[in-house]
Amino acid sequence: MRQPLPVVLVADLHFSDASPTASERRAVMAALSVSDAGPGAVIVDHPRVVRGGTRRRKQMRHLLLPALHALQREAGWISPGGLNFVGRTLGVPPAEAYGVATFYEMFRTEAPAHELSLRHVCVDPICALAGASRLAENLRSQGHAVHEGPCLGQCERAPAVFIQGRREPDRVPDDERGLDSLLVSVTAESLDAPSLLRHMIDPSSAADAASMEAYRARGGGSALEAALRLGPDEVISQISSSGLSGRGGAAFPTGIKWRAVADGDGPKHVVANIDESEPGTFKDRLLCERDPLAIIESITVAGLVVGATQGWIYIRGEYPLATQRLRHAIAQARAEGWLGDDAAGSGQPFDIDLRRGAGAYICGEETALFNSLEGFRGEPRNKPPFPTTHGLFGRPTVVNNPETLLNVNEILRIGPEAYRNVGTEGSPGTKLFCLSGHVGRPGLYETPFGTPLGELLSLAGGVQGNLQAILLGGAAGSFVGPDALELPLSLEDTRSAGTTLGSGPVMVFNESADMGSVIERLAKFFRDESCGQCVPCRVGTVRQHEIVAQIRRADAPTRSQRLLLDDIAGAMGDASICGLGHTAASAVLSGMRLGLLGTEQS
Amino acid sequence: MNPGNGIVDSHVAVSIDGREVTVPQGQTILAACTAAGVETPTICWAPNLTPVNVCRVCVVELEGSRTLVPACSRPAEDGMQISTDSERVRHSRRMVLEFLGSANDLSQADEIAEWSQHYGADARRYAAELAADADGEPEVALELVDDPVRIQDDLYIRAYDRCVLCYKCVEACGDDAQHTFAIAVAGRGFDARIRTEYDVELPESACVYCGNCVAVCPTGALQFRTEFDLRAVGEWRPDDQTVTRTVCSYCGVGCNLELHTQDERIVKVTSPEDHSVTSGHLCIKGRFGWQYVHAPAFEPPATDTPASESTEP
Repeated sequence: MRQPLPVVLVADLHFSDASPTASERRAVMAALSVSDAGPGAVIVDHPRVVRGGTRRRKQMRHLLLPALHALQREAGWISPGGLNFVGRTLGVPPAEAYGVATFYEMFRTEAPAHELSLRHVCVDPICALAGASRLAENLRSQGHAVHEGPCLGQCERAPAVFIQGRREPDRVPDDERGLDSLLVSVTAESLDAPSLLRHMIDPSSAADAASMEAYRARGGGSALEAALRLGPDEVISQISSSGLSGRGGAAFPTGIKWRAVADGDGPKHVVANIDESEPGTFKDRLLCERDPLAIIESITVAGLVVGATQGWIYIRGEYPLATQRLRHAIAQARAEGWLGDDAAGSGQPFDIDLRRGAGAYICGEETALFNSLEGFRGEPRNKPPFPTTHGLFGRPTVVNNPETLLNVNEILRIGPEAYRNVGTEGSPGTKLFCLSGHVGRPGLYETPFGTPLGELLSLAGGVQGNLQAILLGGAAGSFVGPDALELPLSLEDTRSAGTTLGSGPVMVFNESADMGSVIERLAKFFRDESCGQCVPCRVGTVRQHEIVAQIRRADAPTRSQRLLLDDIAGAMGDASICGLGHTAASAVLSGMRLGLLGTEQS
Repeated sequence: MNPGNGIVDSHVAVSIDGREVTVPQGQTILAACTAAGVETPTICWAPNLTPVNVCRVCVVELEGSRTLVPACSRPAEDGMQISTDSERVRHSRRMVLEFLGSANDLSQADEIAEWSQHYGADARRYAAELAADADGEPEVALELVDDPVRIQDDLYIRAYDRCVLCYKCVEACGDDAQHTFAIAVAGRGFDARIRTEYDVELPESACVYCGNCVAVCPTGALQFRTEFDLRAVGEWRPDDQTVTRTVCSYCGVGCNLELHTQDERIVKVTSPEDHSVTSGHLCIKGRFGWQYVHAPAFEPPATDTPASESTEP
């Protein structure tokens, strides 16, 4: 039975008279009591006694995002009465709660004119090519409520739709249609080779993806056993000697990160960053849908190795199926004894809590993710200090992408030497690539690092029509032309070629694509997704988009427009707080260099 | 090492533009620049607030760092080699100032104007790159921070078209001074604005009218009504103002006040940022409770019988 949540009386905060409806109150209570607030988080004060105001606000504030999700689903917006109720319950000032609510794509702060669930339609480049605006128009004409927004992480089956439920669960129509996404791994033949996708390729495996029995039957749990057998130091040294680097885009050496956190003083945290929102990226969604128990196992390994007591999953709000399967997997892992006071028989406590994002590209940036999870606006923090010393709740934190975590499982399964047999010297192992756009078979592909770009395209059925350009690394990446097909897809080769793999998106455009419109949309994406905190990015992304829009109208840039774009790019790259600003000009400038915005006029 | 009694007994040596300076451990690069006699532009930084490092106008080049680093918040470390006037630094500072100038009304931000001139910022070139069509209408409009002036009480106004989102007012209203939390940043990206919840009028919000937000605002986006009204009639004359330091008469805390007077009328009250009691912050009484000074002198009520007569034996 759920315990009713005691209402915290906050004497030092000021609220308006607006009160919640009975259903809003119920929705918030239900959302908060199923979350793991932890014992002692709720303090009931006498109304006239103010005790540790700031500290207490911080103790419960991490429940703000789940509470706002509950209000949005129940009422279709974050009403003043609902916001007051959440604020009083969690001790969050209403102005700050409002600031958080207005930060996210999925929350509304004005009353909706209808009772409908909201259909989000992606208008980013791949979905736009696949007819997203026509789809949005059709849905509207059928009487649906439609919101055109950024990438929904379903680029392999564009155009993408995500339904944000009103008094019903969120859902994705293509999930319900049982539409299978294509998964291909070219290293799957040998069991001694690392392969993240081996177990997921057979579509029939999707049915029991979340079954512990089936997971055990195909060798699941062996990484955890190996980790316990080897001990933390040996696991970290194996990860270091494997040469594993982060797969979320920054390619930071995983062993160094884990070592630093293991050496820190507790309490510590492990965070799985499943907030992939890079246009063109959908790998994390498929990994979590097809192999959720492997994700949970790998987070548990990370937790036990670095000595963390709490693991967190922060997953995109737009991924309902992956969320549901991860939740189910967490429950099974608890039943299996992997999680709990004596996690996997280690003698250490470790558990995992899951939090949903609410639509903000920036929250994939690790420090923005921490702020979002803690119940603040998803604004990145200045680094240093780094998450290894000052991460979630200011504690030492390992934050990794799911692909990175699954690679740890593979290293523990086959050993670092076998792991290094695949890939290149500088980039050992395999990489997942998300192929979308004008290729024969869009989908998720796993190849050894160093596979030439052209070979990857052939695997995916080749380019449809004549290749015009490829966007590597998504919106934060850069365009390459048809002359780049020989480029080996490794960290070192792409770096020396002046481009990037990012998290692995490969977006293919043939001669029919209007590249001006693609680039203008990418510029618009950054304008919309900048958090607004620092001046170079807040204003720079707007000025960049305006100039690109003007260049498109004239069909070619002038010299002074190009120089101004260079000036803007220089300041965004040098003076912004985080990676969003640092890379916001990359696709635009690379597209200009390839002449995709027309030939420069004097 | 810091022995834990608040006394810092270790120092770090850094090089600022080739000049060695020593500052106590824990101090920022900005403090080191100041110690080296190098003036650094700042907008979002203030000595009495926690650095938020969002304006990025104080960035410097740190040897070994891929990007520029904010001087205001980055602690100085032993052996840092810092350039404050390299081409990269000048470029980013100029662009930050240009960006703000292209988006905001900075007509009352004198310090920003001075730095803009210093770095040669030309905010007009953004509009110049957006051509007009045949009818003279811009094909692509230059987006501006546009917001009507909010006049909701007699004490101060909020003109957010001048707001550069430095977060100082939010900090002063929140954890750094007042702990009232009446305002926060709402929205995202270029549309982000300082707001009360649902933009309710200030008197309905948690605001306690301490005016600490107004005192820290660098652009005049927040302004005392006295100043706003005088500016409206062209009578705001800072050069004619005198500042008198005194102690607040309301309670026993001992807050120091600076009375800014023009034509023998109080037009603004501030507190010294380095004052040990206030750190520059005040409450509503010290900030706004000065009208009695200008009340007409007390005159006894007239009576039918002159006082001098009634006291006669």
